Amino acid sequence: MFENFVIPDFLPAAPEMFLAIMAMTILMIDLFAKDARHSIAFWLAQLTLLGCAFIQVYTSTPGVVYTFSNTFVDDSLGDLLKIFVYLTMIVVFFYSRTYLSDRPDMNKGEYYVLALMATLGMLVMISANNFITVYVGLELLSLSLYALVAMNRDSVQATEAAMKYFVLGALASGLLLYGMSMIYGATGSLEITEIAQSFGAAEGNRTVLVFGLVFMVSGLAFKLGLVPFHMWIPDVYHGAPTPVTLLIGSAPKFAAFALIMRLLVSGLLPLAQDWQGMLVIMAVLSMAIGNLAAIAQSNIKRMLAYSAISHMGFMLLGIVTGVVSGDPRYALNAYSSAMFYVIAYVLMTLGAFGVILLMARAGFEAEELSDYKGLNKRSPWFAFIMLMVMFSMAGVPPFIGFFAKFSVLQAVVATGEIWLAVVAVIFSLIGAFYYLRVVKLMYFDKPETETPIEAGIHVRLLLSANGLAVAVLGIFPQVIMTLCAYALLTSF
Amino acid sequence: MEFQTAVFLFLAAILIYAALRVITARNPVTAVLHLMLAFFTTGGIWLMMQAEFLGIALIVVYVGAVMVLFLFVVMMLDPNFDQLRQGFWRYLPLGAMLGLVMVLEMGLVLGSKYFQVPLSEAVVEPGISNTRELGALLVTDYVFPFELAAVILLVGMVAAVVLTFRGGPKRSRVPNPSTQLYVKAKDRVRVLQMPVEKD
Repeated sequence: MFENFVIPDFLPAAPEMFLAIMAMTILMIDLFAKDARHSIAFWLAQLTLLGCAFIQVYTSTPGVVYTFSNTFVDDSLGDLLKIFVYLTMIVVFFYSRTYLSDRPDMNKGEYYVLALMATLGMLVMISANNFITVYVGLELLSLSLYALVAMNRDSVQATEAAMKYFVLGALASGLLLYGMSMIYGATGSLEITEIAQSFGAAEGNRTVLVFGLVFMVSGLAFKLGLVPFHMWIPDVYHGAPTPVTLLIGSAPKFAAFALIMRLLVSGLLPLAQDWQGMLVIMAVLSMAIGNLAAIAQSNIKRMLAYSAISHMGFMLLGIVTGVVSGDPRYALNAYSSAMFYVIAYVLMTLGAFGVILLMARAGFEAEELSDYKGLNKRSPWFAFIMLMVMFSMAGVPPFIGFFAKFSVLQAVVATGEIWLAVVAVIFSLIGAFYYLRVVKLMYFDKPETETPIEAGIHVRLLLSANGLAVAVLGIFPQVIMTLCAYALLTSF
Repeated sequence: MEFQTAVFLFLAAILIYAALRVITARNPVTAVLHLMLAFFTTGGIWLMMQAEFLGIALIVVYVGAVMVLFLFVVMMLDPNFDQLRQGFWRYLPLGAMLGLVMVLEMGLVLGSKYFQVPLSEAVVEPGISNTRELGALLVTDYVFPFELAAVILLVGMVAAVVLTFRGGPKRSRVPNPSTQLYVKAKDRVRVLQMPVEKD
């Protein structure tokens, strides 16, 4: 029975294994260490992520490597996205530290363990080459996130958010699985690369394939939070504790991008015309509803949630314009612009939530927009960072958000879909209103308190670096853009 | 009619009846028992498709463990389903319409000429155990997702503990007679000095 079996190459999955082992080790160490502030768990988690990044760089090979009977793929797209995931998680942990230690009820070692497990789920999703692996990675990520959202169990809001997230997430997983089972039925394979090759033979089953595709796209849209599957995003962003909101809003976007690239672009490219139509509708609706609903929000976390919906819609434009009616000339440009957009979005989200977490104190959440009144008087430097992040999200040059929007629009215009570009620009302009309102509150309104903002040296430095990155990478976007293009070029 | 078709129709009829009763039964315990019946008949259908291991696993795991636990929960919590059903009639027309459209669409695609999946040939040779083959696949080709499934179970355990554990016996609700006997007046009453509030 095992005569044909060769022991798989474990090296490409070394970071995943290291992460899993370390997460379990931290779980045990934190249980037995007498450490009320859970500093050991915190520093070990940071070391783990650094170690993962080191292993990732050290074991990276040019070219595409399949292992574990082709359920796992290691290519430079995966390597690059994983390194971004590690870096994002390190920043997330640093930003969350003060918030958690101010709230003894939530300051548990399990926060770090569950967050590391969620990271593992993202890594698995990023390098999945089999529907089963995709699903398992997605469940690992989602399950850890459900628990993290409910972590503040005495808060009714958080419990409600976790419940909604759990029920809708389970529904989305069901949709995704049902779609996968249809595609498996029509092509007879679960392997993403094999599915792409078997399309010629499965041409007679095209209707079934499209039928499965509809369910799969719906499931993916649920996870990305695209209209009309976006209902959970505002409630979860609002109800979850702010560090968890930061976690949900940042690193998983890389995994979601990888999932779209693997499932739709590399697996189901022959059905591109079908999924592009669906994605265009969702992209336009997301930009419309996200930007319009954000105007009406008075809670900054809710506002950023609607902004996340609109940004994901914008990012989709890059994916939609990749291969137009079988013409792959613009593919590299379009996909790398979408990838750049995701990276820029995560960088901006980190900055925005970094400032929210910085202002939160024990018993005070800094969630309302009115809490930001006169921030300039209280702390000019952090107000300036928030200003850069908000300008960048609105797409004002020279910040990174401008270039992200610009490159996606360039990809859209290159394919001749001018109306799509016009719609995107109009909704971005509408969106600029609520970003600039934050700036107006910070600079032109009177502060309610005069207390200056205190923060540890780590957070100060990191947040400053984060804010400067938003500006500097906007002036020199080529650094990231070249990386994205290289990763995509060598992976597909 | 072939014997196999007859058995399939028989099992399928019970399955549909049981599934309908799950969502229509007023008493939650009845609903859970019908869900068990549904799992049993599904197990039977899987057995007919020569997936013995999966059929038995479904009955052992779901009926034997998961559903019994479920029954305990339903009996202990005794949820008030009339309260949960509030707004049922208000949402019924819209829900029924959407459901009907979806069923029609799915029926059109799945029940027609489009769905031409070739009958799969028996992958497993006669005389080779189904269980053995599945087990071998799990530890060879699918070892990566299999190990990750174990990690998911661990996350489930950690999450359950995090969300329910409240710091050991300190917070236990069981009264301790010894501390009750030794209680002093100042443990019960605290005298506060507060400034007088004027309106």
